[in-house]
Amino acid sequence: MSQTDLYTLAGSALFVIGLYGLMTRPHLLHKVLALNISSAGVFFVLVGIARRVPGTTPDPLPHAMVLTGIVVTVSSTAFALALAKRIFTETGTAALDASDVDVEEDAGD
Amino acid sequence: MGKVTPKSPLPIRIAALAICAGVGALLSRAVLAIPETESGLAPLVDANLEASGVKNAVTAVLLNFRGYDTLLEIAVLMLATIGVLSLSVTQKGTWDPIAAQADPVLSALARFLAPVMILVSGYLLWAGEHAPGGAFQAGSVVGAAGVLLALSGYARPAWISRFALRAAISVGFIVFIAVAIGEMIAGGLLLQYPADLAKTLMLLVETWLTVSIGAILVSLFIASASPAEELRMRSGGEG
Repeated sequence: MSQTDLYTLAGSALFVIGLYGLMTRPHLLHKVLALNISSAGVFFVLVGIARRVPGTTPDPLPHAMVLTGIVVTVSSTAFALALAKRIFTETGTAALDASDVDVEEDAGD
Repeated sequence: MGKVTPKSPLPIRIAALAICAGVGALLSRAVLAIPETESGLAPLVDANLEASGVKNAVTAVLLNFRGYDTLLEIAVLMLATIGVLSLSVTQKGTWDPIAAQADPVLSALARFLAPVMILVSGYLLWAGEHAPGGAFQAGSVVGAAGVLLALSGYARPAWISRFALRAAISVGFIVFIAVAIGEMIAGGLLLQYPADLAKTLMLLVETWLTVSIGAILVSLFIASASPAEELRMRSGGEG
Protein backbone atom coordinates (compact mmCIF):
# COMPACT_ATOMS: atom_id res chain seq x y z
CA MET A 1 0.00 0.00 0.00
CA SER A 2 1.45 3.30 -1.03
CA GLN A 3 1.40 6.52 0.95
CA THR A 4 -1.22 7.91 -1.42
CA ASP A 5 -3.49 4.95 -0.75
CA LEU A 6 -3.16 5.52 2.97
CA TYR A 7 -4.17 9.16 2.59
CA THR A 8 -7.05 8.57 0.24
CA LEU A 9 -8.42 5.67 2.27
CA ALA A 10 -8.17 7.69 5.48
CA GLY A 11 -9.94 10.52 3.67
CA SER A 12 -12.72 8.19 2.52
CA ALA A 13 -13.09 6.88 6.07
CA LEU A 14 -13.35 10.43 7.44
CA PHE A 15 -15.94 11.28 4.81
CA VAL A 16 -18.05 8.28 5.78
CA ILE A 17 -17.75 9.02 9.52
CA GLY A 18 -19.03 12.52 8.83
CA LEU A 19 -21.82 11.16 6.65
CA TYR A 20 -22.93 8.82 9.43
CA GLY A 21 -23.00 11.68 11.93
CA LEU A 22 -24.92 13.85 9.50
CA MET A 23 -27.59 11.19 9.10
CA THR A 24 -27.97 10.03 12.70
CA ARG A 25 -27.47 13.13 14.84
CA PRO A 26 -30.63 15.23 15.14
CA HIS A 27 -28.84 18.14 16.78
CA LEU A 28 -27.98 20.82 14.25
CA LEU A 29 -24.62 21.62 15.79
CA HIS A 30 -23.65 17.96 15.47
CA LYS A 31 -24.74 17.98 11.85
CA VAL A 32 -22.57 21.02 11.15
CA LEU A 33 -19.60 19.34 12.83
CA ALA A 34 -20.27 16.12 10.89
CA LEU A 35 -20.28 18.09 7.64
CA ASN A 36 -16.93 19.56 8.60
CA ILE A 37 -15.49 16.10 9.25
CA SER A 38 -16.75 15.03 5.83
CA SER A 39 -15.11 18.00 4.14
CA ALA A 40 -11.86 17.25 5.94
CA GLY A 41 -12.09 13.78 4.39
CA VAL A 42 -12.56 15.27 0.93
CA PHE A 43 -9.51 17.51 1.42
CA PHE A 44 -7.50 14.51 2.57
CA VAL A 45 -8.38 12.62 -0.60
CA LEU A 46 -7.55 15.63 -2.81
CA VAL A 47 -4.21 16.29 -1.13
CA GLY A 48 -3.46 12.58 -1.32
CA ILE A 49 -4.12 12.18 -5.02
CA ALA A 50 -2.16 15.34 -5.79
CA ARG A 51 0.98 13.41 -4.93
CA ARG A 52 0.15 10.03 -6.35
CA VAL A 53 3.08 9.82 -8.76
CA PRO A 54 6.18 9.24 -6.63
CA GLY A 55 9.13 11.48 -7.28
CA THR A 56 7.31 14.27 -9.07
CA THR A 57 6.11 17.63 -7.82
CA PRO A 58 2.54 17.43 -6.49
CA ASP A 59 -0.26 18.32 -8.90
CA PRO A 60 -1.12 21.95 -8.08
CA LEU A 61 -4.72 21.64 -9.24
CA PRO A 62 -6.06 19.57 -6.32
CA HIS A 63 -4.12 21.85 -3.98
CA ALA A 64 -5.88 24.87 -5.41
CA MET A 65 -9.20 23.06 -5.06
CA VAL A 66 -8.50 22.28 -1.40
CA LEU A 67 -7.61 25.91 -0.81
CA THR A 68 -10.90 26.94 -2.37
CA GLY A 69 -12.72 24.22 -0.46
CA ILE A 70 -11.39 25.25 2.94
CA VAL A 71 -12.62 28.78 2.48
CA VAL A 72 -16.02 27.67 1.22
CA THR A 73 -16.29 25.25 4.16
CA VAL A 74 -15.58 28.06 6.60
CA SER A 75 -18.25 30.27 5.09
CA SER A 76 -20.85 27.51 4.78
CA THR A 77 -20.16 26.47 8.37
CA ALA A 78 -20.66 30.04 9.54
CA PHE A 79 -23.88 30.31 7.57
CA ALA A 80 -25.14 26.97 8.92
CA LEU A 81 -24.30 28.07 12.46
CA ALA A 82 -26.14 31.35 11.94
CA LEU A 83 -29.19 29.41 10.68
CA ALA A 84 -29.01 27.00 13.63
CA LYS A 85 -28.69 29.88 16.05
CA ARG A 86 -31.69 31.59 14.53
CA ILE A 87 -33.70 28.34 14.69
CA PHE A 88 -32.79 28.07 18.37
CA THR A 89 -33.80 31.68 18.97
CA GLU A 90 -37.13 31.16 17.23
CA THR A 91 -38.11 27.70 18.45
CA GLY A 92 -36.07 27.10 21.60
CA THR A 93 -34.49 23.94 20.24
CA ALA A 94 -31.62 23.32 17.89
CA ALA A 95 -32.48 19.71 17.06
CA LEU A 96 -34.35 18.62 13.96
CA ASP A 97 -37.44 16.43 14.28
CA ALA A 98 -37.56 16.76 18.04
CA SER A 99 -40.86 14.88 18.02
CA ASP A 100 -39.36 12.04 16.02
CA VAL A 101 -36.64 11.06 18.46
CA ASP A 102 -36.81 9.74 22.00
CA VAL A 103 -35.82 12.91 23.79
CA GLU A 104 -37.40 15.33 26.21
CA GLU A 105 -38.12 18.80 24.92
CA ASP A 106 -35.30 21.07 25.91
CA ALA A 107 -37.22 24.22 25.08
CA GLY A 108 -37.34 26.98 27.59
CA ASP A 109 -33.94 26.70 29.16
CA MET B 1 -28.94 24.22 28.74
CA GLY B 2 -30.49 21.17 27.09
CA LYS B 3 -30.51 17.52 28.04
CA VAL B 4 -27.99 14.95 26.96
CA THR B 5 -27.82 14.84 23.20
CA PRO B 6 -30.42 12.57 21.68
CA LYS B 7 -29.56 9.80 19.32
CA SER B 8 -31.61 8.59 16.41
CA PRO B 9 -33.68 5.41 16.90
CA LEU B 10 -31.84 2.13 16.36
CA PRO B 11 -33.38 1.26 12.96
CA ILE B 12 -32.30 4.62 11.55
CA ARG B 13 -28.80 4.15 12.91
CA ILE B 14 -28.56 0.68 11.39
CA ALA B 15 -29.81 1.94 8.04
CA ALA B 16 -27.33 4.83 8.19
CA LEU B 17 -24.53 2.45 9.04
CA ALA B 18 -25.43 0.29 6.04
CA ILE B 19 -25.52 3.29 3.72
CA CYS B 20 -22.19 4.55 5.07
CA ALA B 21 -20.57 1.14 4.69
CA GLY B 22 -21.75 1.04 1.07
CA VAL B 23 -20.56 4.57 0.33
CA GLY B 24 -17.27 3.84 2.08
CA ALA B 25 -16.67 0.71 0.05
CA LEU B 26 -17.44 2.51 -3.21
CA LEU B 27 -15.23 5.46 -2.28
CA SER B 28 -12.33 3.24 -1.30
CA ARG B 29 -12.61 1.35 -4.57
CA ALA B 30 -12.72 4.63 -6.48
CA VAL B 31 -9.69 6.19 -4.80
CA LEU B 32 -7.67 2.99 -5.12
CA ALA B 33 -8.57 2.79 -8.81
CA ILE B 34 -6.89 6.12 -9.61
CA PRO B 35 -3.86 5.22 -11.73
CA GLU B 36 -0.49 6.02 -10.21
CA THR B 37 1.26 6.54 -13.50
CA GLU B 38 -0.36 9.73 -14.69
CA SER B 39 -0.12 12.95 -12.77
CA GLY B 40 -3.35 14.56 -13.91
CA LEU B 41 -3.06 18.12 -15.11
CA ALA B 42 0.32 18.82 -13.53
CA PRO B 43 2.27 18.64 -16.82
CA LEU B 44 -0.21 21.04 -18.42
CA VAL B 45 0.19 23.48 -15.54
CA ASP B 46 3.98 23.20 -15.71
CA ALA B 47 3.98 23.80 -19.44
CA ASN B 48 1.94 26.99 -19.12
CA LEU B 49 3.42 28.30 -15.89
CA GLU B 50 5.73 30.61 -17.84
CA ALA B 51 2.75 32.37 -19.41
CA SER B 52 0.77 32.78 -16.20
CA GLY B 53 2.80 35.67 -14.82
CA VAL B 54 3.64 34.00 -11.50
CA LYS B 55 6.10 31.28 -10.52
CA ASN B 56 4.01 29.39 -7.97
CA ALA B 57 1.86 26.74 -9.62
CA VAL B 58 -0.93 26.85 -7.01
CA THR B 59 -1.27 30.63 -7.34
CA ALA B 60 -1.23 30.29 -11.13
CA VAL B 61 -4.06 27.77 -10.97
CA LEU B 62 -6.09 29.82 -8.48
CA LEU B 63 -5.79 33.23 -10.05
CA ASN B 64 -5.11 32.50 -13.68
CA PHE B 65 -5.93 29.04 -15.09
CA ARG B 66 -8.97 28.60 -12.88
CA GLY B 67 -9.64 32.20 -11.96
CA TYR B 68 -13.31 31.59 -12.56
CA ASP B 69 -13.41 29.24 -9.55
CA THR B 70 -11.80 31.83 -7.35
CA LEU B 71 -14.15 34.55 -8.58
CA LEU B 72 -17.14 32.38 -7.70
CA GLU B 73 -15.51 31.44 -4.42
CA ILE B 74 -15.22 35.02 -3.23
CA ALA B 75 -18.82 35.49 -4.35
CA VAL B 76 -19.85 32.51 -2.18
CA LEU B 77 -17.94 33.98 0.74
CA MET B 78 -19.59 37.34 0.30
CA LEU B 79 -23.08 35.82 0.00
CA ALA B 80 -22.53 33.67 3.10
CA THR B 81 -21.49 36.76 5.03
CA ILE B 82 -24.52 38.70 3.82
CA GLY B 83 -26.67 35.75 4.88
CA VAL B 84 -25.07 35.50 8.31
CA LEU B 85 -25.37 39.23 8.92
CA SER B 86 -29.03 39.22 7.83
CA LEU B 87 -29.86 36.29 10.11
CA SER B 88 -28.45 37.99 13.15
CA VAL B 89 -31.36 39.08 15.36
CA THR B 90 -29.56 42.07 16.75
CA GLN B 91 -28.40 43.17 13.30
CA LYS B 92 -25.08 44.09 14.83
CA GLY B 93 -22.44 42.30 12.86
CA THR B 94 -19.81 44.24 14.74
CA TRP B 95 -17.51 43.17 17.47
CA ASP B 96 -19.14 45.06 20.31
CA PRO B 97 -21.04 42.09 21.86
CA ILE B 98 -18.08 39.94 22.85
CA ALA B 99 -15.84 42.87 23.69
CA ALA B 100 -17.33 42.88 27.19
CA GLN B 101 -15.64 39.59 28.07
CA ALA B 102 -12.13 41.00 27.92
CA ASP B 103 -9.16 39.35 29.55
CA PRO B 104 -6.20 41.63 30.44
CA VAL B 105 -3.54 39.01 29.66
CA LEU B 106 -5.15 38.17 26.34
CA SER B 107 -5.46 41.80 25.35
CA ALA B 108 -1.79 42.46 26.16
CA LEU B 109 -0.88 39.48 23.99
CA ALA B 110 -3.17 40.65 21.20
CA ARG B 111 -1.47 44.04 21.16
CA PHE B 112 1.83 42.31 20.46
CA LEU B 113 0.48 39.80 18.00
CA ALA B 114 -1.92 41.80 15.84
CA PRO B 115 0.73 43.97 14.11
CA VAL B 116 2.96 40.93 13.58
CA MET B 117 0.06 39.02 12.06
CA ILE B 118 -0.69 41.83 9.64
CA LEU B 119 2.98 41.86 8.66
CA VAL B 120 2.94 38.08 8.15
CA SER B 121 -0.15 38.39 6.03
CA GLY B 122 1.58 40.96 3.81
CA TYR B 123 4.52 38.59 3.46
CA LEU B 124 2.25 35.64 2.58
CA LEU B 125 0.48 37.75 -0.03
CA TRP B 126 3.76 38.69 -1.68
CA ALA B 127 5.30 35.22 -1.31
CA GLY B 128 2.32 33.69 -3.13
CA GLU B 129 3.95 34.78 -6.37
CA HIS B 130 6.77 32.24 -6.13
CA ALA B 131 6.15 30.08 -3.04
CA PRO B 132 3.23 28.67 -1.06
CA GLY B 133 1.12 31.61 0.00
CA GLY B 134 -1.35 33.96 -1.57
CA ALA B 135 -4.56 35.83 -0.91
CA PHE B 136 -6.41 33.13 1.00
CA GLN B 137 -3.60 32.37 3.41
CA ALA B 138 -2.94 36.08 3.89
CA GLY B 139 -6.65 36.79 4.38
CA SER B 140 -6.92 34.01 6.95
CA VAL B 141 -4.10 35.56 8.98
CA VAL B 142 -5.79 38.99 8.81
CA GLY B 143 -9.03 37.33 9.88
CA ALA B 144 -7.28 35.58 12.76
CA ALA B 145 -5.81 38.90 13.87
CA GLY B 146 -9.28 40.44 13.84
CA VAL B 147 -10.76 37.53 15.80
CA LEU B 148 -7.95 37.78 18.35
CA LEU B 149 -8.57 41.51 18.76
CA ALA B 150 -12.30 40.94 19.11
CA LEU B 151 -11.78 38.24 21.73
CA SER B 152 -9.39 40.37 23.73
CA GLY B 153 -11.86 43.17 24.11
CA TYR B 154 -10.82 45.63 21.46
CA ALA B 155 -14.09 47.05 20.29
CA ARG B 156 -14.49 48.04 16.67
CA PRO B 157 -12.61 51.32 16.24
CA ALA B 158 -14.88 54.27 15.63
CA TRP B 159 -13.26 55.04 12.29
CA ILE B 160 -14.44 51.72 10.91
CA SER B 161 -18.07 52.45 10.24
CA ARG B 162 -20.54 49.72 9.47
CA PHE B 163 -20.48 50.91 5.91
CA ALA B 164 -16.69 50.57 5.81
CA LEU B 165 -16.93 47.03 7.13
CA ARG B 166 -19.44 46.12 4.44
CA ALA B 167 -17.30 47.81 1.81
CA ALA B 168 -14.32 45.76 2.97
CA ILE B 169 -16.41 42.58 2.74
CA SER B 170 -17.36 43.24 -0.86
CA VAL B 171 -14.29 45.03 -2.27
CA GLY B 172 -12.49 41.79 -3.21
CA PHE B 173 -15.35 40.57 -5.34
CA ILE B 174 -15.87 44.01 -6.91
CA VAL B 175 -12.21 44.43 -7.85
CA PHE B 176 -12.02 40.84 -9.15
CA ILE B 177 -15.06 41.22 -11.39
CA ALA B 178 -13.93 44.68 -12.52
CA VAL B 179 -10.59 43.19 -13.61
CA ALA B 180 -12.37 40.29 -15.31
CA ILE B 181 -14.69 42.60 -17.24
CA GLY B 182 -11.86 45.03 -17.97
CA GLU B 183 -10.02 42.20 -19.70
CA MET B 184 -13.06 41.58 -21.87
CA ILE B 185 -13.29 45.25 -22.78
CA ALA B 186 -9.58 45.24 -23.60
CA GLY B 187 -10.27 42.57 -26.19
CA GLY B 188 -9.60 39.35 -24.33
CA LEU B 189 -11.87 36.80 -22.74
CA LEU B 190 -13.28 36.88 -19.24
CA LEU B 191 -10.33 36.51 -16.85
CA GLN B 192 -7.83 36.28 -19.68
CA TYR B 193 -4.97 38.38 -18.36
CA PRO B 194 -2.89 40.24 -20.93
CA ALA B 195 0.54 38.63 -20.80
CA ASP B 196 2.51 41.73 -19.82
CA LEU B 197 0.06 42.84 -17.12
CA ALA B 198 -0.78 39.42 -15.68
CA LYS B 199 1.41 39.68 -12.59
CA THR B 200 0.29 43.22 -11.74
CA LEU B 201 -3.38 42.43 -12.19
CA MET B 202 -3.15 39.25 -10.18
CA LEU B 203 -1.39 41.06 -7.35
CA LEU B 204 -4.05 43.78 -7.45
CA VAL B 205 -6.83 41.22 -7.25
CA GLU B 206 -5.06 39.28 -4.50
CA THR B 207 -4.44 42.37 -2.39
CA TRP B 208 -8.12 43.28 -2.31
CA LEU B 209 -9.09 39.64 -1.87
CA THR B 210 -6.92 39.60 1.26
CA VAL B 211 -8.77 42.64 2.65
CA SER B 212 -12.13 41.08 1.86
CA ILE B 213 -11.33 37.62 3.19
CA GLY B 214 -10.00 39.12 6.42
CA ALA B 215 -13.12 41.25 6.87
CA ILE B 216 -15.40 38.35 5.94
CA LEU B 217 -13.80 35.91 8.39
CA VAL B 218 -13.96 38.45 11.21
CA SER B 219 -17.59 39.29 10.44
CA LEU B 220 -18.57 35.61 10.27
CA PHE B 221 -16.87 34.94 13.59
CA ILE B 222 -18.36 37.95 15.34
CA ALA B 223 -21.84 37.19 14.07
CA SER B 224 -21.56 33.53 15.12
CA ALA B 225 -19.93 34.17 18.48
CA SER B 226 -22.53 36.41 20.07
CA PRO B 227 -25.50 34.19 20.92
CA ALA B 228 -26.06 35.12 24.55
CA GLU B 229 -27.32 38.66 24.05
CA GLU B 230 -29.74 37.68 21.33
CA LEU B 231 -31.26 34.84 23.29
CA ARG B 232 -31.57 36.91 26.43
CA MET B 233 -33.54 39.48 24.48
CA ARG B 234 -36.17 36.92 23.56
CA SER B 235 -36.43 34.64 26.55
CA GLY B 236 -36.21 37.28 29.23
CA GLY B 237 -32.82 37.05 30.90
CA GLU B 238 -32.21 33.31 30.99
CA GLY B 239 -30.18 32.79 27.83
